[in-house]
Amino acid sequence: MAQRAAAALLLAAAMAVPWVLEAMDAGYYLSLASRIVIYGIAATSLNLVLGYGGMVSFGHAAFVGLGSYVTAIMISEGLLHAGAHLLAVVAVTALAALLIGSISLRTRGVYFIMITLAFAQMLFYLANSVKGYGGDEGLNIRARSALGFGLDLKNPLVTYYVGLAVLAAALVALARFVPSRFGRAVLALRDDDVRAEALGFPTYRYKLIVFVVAGILGGIAGALDVNLQGYVSPNVLHWTKSGTLMVMVILGGVATVWGGIIGAAALLLMEEGLSSTTEHPEFWTGWVLLAVVLFARHGLVGIAASVTRKVLRQ
Amino acid sequence: MTILLDVRGLNKSFGGVKATDALDLQVIDGEIHALIGPNGAGKTTLVSQLAGDVASDSGRIAFDDVDITRLRPHERARRGLVRSFQITRLFRSFPVLDNVALAVQAASGGSLSAWRPAHADRALFERAREVLALLNLADKHAHRTDQLSHGEQRALEVGMALASRPRLVLLDEPMAGMGPDESARMEALIAGMRGSSTVLLIEHDVDAVFRLADRVSVLVSGRIIATGAPQAVRSDRAVIEAYLGEDAGAGAV
Repeated sequence: MAQRAAAALLLAAAMAVPWVLEAMDAGYYLSLASRIVIYGIAATSLNLVLGYGGMVSFGHAAFVGLGSYVTAIMISEGLLHAGAHLLAVVAVTALAALLIGSISLRTRGVYFIMITLAFAQMLFYLANSVKGYGGDEGLNIRARSALGFGLDLKNPLVTYYVGLAVLAAALVALARFVPSRFGRAVLALRDDDVRAEALGFPTYRYKLIVFVVAGILGGIAGALDVNLQGYVSPNVLHWTKSGTLMVMVILGGVATVWGGIIGAAALLLMEEGLSSTTEHPEFWTGWVLLAVVLFARHGLVGIAASVTRKVLRQ
Repeated sequence: MTILLDVRGLNKSFGGVKATDALDLQVIDGEIHALIGPNGAGKTTLVSQLAGDVASDSGRIAFDDVDITRLRPHERARRGLVRSFQITRLFRSFPVLDNVALAVQAASGGSLSAWRPAHADRALFERAREVLALLNLADKHAHRTDQLSHGEQRALEVGMALASRPRLVLLDEPMAGMGPDESARMEALIAGMRGSSTVLLIEHDVDAVFRLADRVSVLVSGRIIATGAPQAVRSDRAVIEAYLGEDAGAGAV
């Protein structure tokens, strides 16, 4: 109950962000807020495979980048309907995740990490070589996804709220998933997939379903991202993007509902705050990550939870 | 007398070593069938082949008259053939009760519901509580699995295998590493399965085996060298030479 109230409060605060920024005469920070929300969606989708599913995918940028490219290509071909973008992004990322997952999930441990990385790198080089859609220079889009009713994602306010709605829906779904029969089966096979299989859980199929759902959600984040940036380049598929998402998940809290968005917010805000004082914010965020890994196994969400428990006890 | 598990000409080699060598084995519906043999005889390999964790090179495994030789482990489990492990395998991020509830859920199918909380499914947890009572773990239902003693973990390991009332349970050395009290409790637990499940029991404790089993098979170098009632096997010449030794044959055990 208290958790539900806290979630509602956070959502209300997130909805008020554009007004607050406006009132503070800091409207230019709205794009940062949108970036946090969109990265929050992408990191949440990675947390689903990595945290809950126990599949250390090092190629999650493949799905985010595919979502960006599919949307950018459709827009550059004059197809602006957001519904069509969503449909295409879901179809393409689902298919890609099905293909990559069905092969990668036959391997384990470090081989799984490497093979997911390899698939993402293949897409990275593919995007570099397709000259028709910008090649290594990337692709600028002049229009944005149109929602109908005269609304489109060219309006930063619309982009922010659409992103927030997607994020909220994803978090609600994740919170429902964890204690559900499927969620518990997935957590069980993360603990011990040999045992889960021996008891009757079709572990391969369940892992593949989680992998595909996470891929689709990552793709949707990518579609929003290209609308925010107005630009897509092969860099969105680069392995460092997968690394950034992983850092966000670990920072926020592996296998926690809020880990993805908290990690995205923490990393992006730290980078923003540090960028005015240092040329290498990664150096400092690296130390923070190190501290979290060493001292807080469930990341910032874990720290917040244990602080709350202590306060409530007093 | 129906044969529940029918194994014919089963083979498995690792490199050049034959772990299972043209093995024949029949388990009768309702019996407690013990499988004994010296270390390295291939007992665990055989269990893994029967459960589907290890693919067989050749031969045929029929369960309830259906060829299951090529089925995946979860498909065998769903048909009612469930194993336990020699090295305890528990779901460590779940409390004790939930480990059993997950075992019941796995066998009941339909685990794709991702919206309704599993706790709304009372049958799952009622059966899990029943099993915990059977295991003498009812008061530890909310404990983490690593807070249990070795013996309790072993009991939970076996409890998870029998939670779904499978037709055939493969128990891989359930008493391994147990003290005398814990062993006696495990023995009672296995004896209590008579009538609800058929049991294929692998066990080093020969005394317990001869007390529990309706029939005993002796595995040596990947082959069954004798099968029969405990007394007959105990006095079998080949068994005494290969495994039990003269003392056991004389009935001194």
